[in-house]
Amino acid sequence: MEPVFAIAFGVMIAVAAYLLMSRNVLRIVLGLLVLGNAANLSIFLAGRLESRIPPLVPAGETALAGGANPLPQALILTAIVISFALVAFTVVLFQSAHRRLGTLDVDAMHEAESLSRAVPRKAPAERTLEAAE
Amino acid sequence: MSAHILLTLPILFPLLGVALCALFWSNKRAQRIVSLLASFGLLGAALALMAAVHDGTVLATHFGNWDAPFGIVFVADMFAAAMVLITGIMAVAIGIYGLADDIEPKENAFYHLLYQGLLLGVTGAFLTGDIFNLYVWFEIMLISSFGLLALGGTRAQLDAGIKYVTLNLIATTFFLITVAFLYGITGTLNMADLARVLPTLENQGLVTTLAVMFLMAFGAKAAVFPLFYWLPAAYHTASAPIVAIFAALLTKVGVYAIIRTFTLLFDGDAGYTGPIVAGIAIFTMVTGVLGAASHFDVRRILSFHIISQIGYMLFGIVVATPLAVGGSILYVIHHIVVKANLFLLAGVINRAGGSFDLKKTGGLYKTMPMLGVLFLIPALSLAGLPPLSGFWSKFTVIKASLDAGHIALAASGLAVGVLTLYSMIKIWNEAFWKAAPETAEIAMARWRADPKVRVLMLAPIVSLAAITLTIGFFAEPFVDFSMRAGAQLLDKSVYIDAVFAPTSQLAEIRP
Repeated sequence: MEPVFAIAFGVMIAVAAYLLMSRNVLRIVLGLLVLGNAANLSIFLAGRLESRIPPLVPAGETALAGGANPLPQALILTAIVISFALVAFTVVLFQSAHRRLGTLDVDAMHEAESLSRAVPRKAPAERTLEAAE
Repeated sequence: MSAHILLTLPILFPLLGVALCALFWSNKRAQRIVSLLASFGLLGAALALMAAVHDGTVLATHFGNWDAPFGIVFVADMFAAAMVLITGIMAVAIGIYGLADDIEPKENAFYHLLYQGLLLGVTGAFLTGDIFNLYVWFEIMLISSFGLLALGGTRAQLDAGIKYVTLNLIATTFFLITVAFLYGITGTLNMADLARVLPTLENQGLVTTLAVMFLMAFGAKAAVFPLFYWLPAAYHTASAPIVAIFAALLTKVGVYAIIRTFTLLFDGDAGYTGPIVAGIAIFTMVTGVLGAASHFDVRRILSFHIISQIGYMLFGIVVATPLAVGGSILYVIHHIVVKANLFLLAGVINRAGGSFDLKKTGGLYKTMPMLGVLFLIPALSLAGLPPLSGFWSKFTVIKASLDAGHIALAASGLAVGVLTLYSMIKIWNEAFWKAAPETAEIAMARWRADPKVRVLMLAPIVSLAAITLTIGFFAEPFVDFSMRAGAQLLDKSVYIDAVFAPTSQLAEIRP
């Protein structure tokens, strides 16, 4: 099973990288989501895949033999919650940025940079939402 | 006090601050009081922690009484305690300043909550002894900083927020993937356990790969070359107290994580990573200072200086002698104080001089000569002029690199110091020396009319300047402490022994 998971991990990283390099903020959000899930997959992969026996210690035993590793699952649970919260925040931030700046194109966003240029650069042709579509 | 209480109190105060601020979300006055009290509590707890570890003992506590490699541990050695203490000092100083500065019109229900959340994440990151736990503290710190950065909701802030959030999220996810790989090859996440297991692995090439991946993940946090783009794109849009706490603490958590992992986990392969880190340090120093030299906005100049100064803090990893690591620690401590102070001063320049843009302000020396003196203390300290704190920290790291034969590193360190001085003189010339434009005079009149704001803004600046002068004139105890902390970092056995010391209650619980 490991090769399949490893290939899936690689494909997800590639998809995430492709989406993150996009100029459209909506795609960037999707890229972050895929990247977060790729990270979860890598934790799962790192914690051994082969066993499907529940991680319960039988009565009278003190050690667990042959059970699934519960630690990666706990880690992934934590990571899922965190990445979900961060993506939710990102969506809200990007949405309000879209509302205020009137564009989804990151190349058209240079409010922060134009705050203090030694030589002010000419305002580029405004790329509005309509123009991007 | 027992180690358990000492180690949890610095987390508990900001956590209480977050909880109570959420409770009083509609009452700004109550939030301010809670936030300030929590910051003072953090400072007190940090002082108690420092008193317990300053002689070289390492404290560790095991949550839920689970033995070391299985449960989560908190560990405080001298370096971690020093970082927590400086966090406490910053929390109080910037918290007081924040009561006065331009938060007020923008202040909504969340400023104090997010401020305490940031402190919570930073303190947790310094104290944790578990690499996955470090990721969780990083995220707490990040989400708070995202919120603080976007607090005003201006167009520039939203634009900056997109870049800051995206690049930082990618870096943290990369960190998480690296943690997964590390777990895959070692089967443990406890940093002390990792320090024992990693040198025994057969495939040391894989360990070096992971070291470089950690370097990239933490390097993006610490804003090293070539991963620093998010910092100058974002920092200058936030208001003065927010950017001051960012500048003081956020990048330093990255530096702390680099120093911690590269002394504890990956010390064996300095031969592989050493030259890489040396190159990164040189390029970070040079590109940062050149960026600073080309700008005319106080906050942008100072933002680029954060980057250039991070380079000096990496000397300890490159050289890896007790003198160099100690020098790096001293540098981090000095830089947090000085940098926060400069950003607080930038806020005063904006308030009293009318603008952050140097071309639109001026004449401050004529109207407020004492402010000029207060500016010169951190500015010259940043450039490394004796007898200020920056001199001693630059002197130690450069001496250590010369001793070890890293000539290029030392030479670029010295050259960058000169360029730093150049851009500080630029701020001085423009903001303090040249004649004031009309807008600046209007701002000055408004500044004079409000004595309460003046006191709240200047008191933290004076206190931080006093700390800089104290480190400068009474350097010996500080240098001595840093050297001992550096030696402690290089001797991993103390840390490992402290984490694996048996807990007394454990025997009763376990069969």
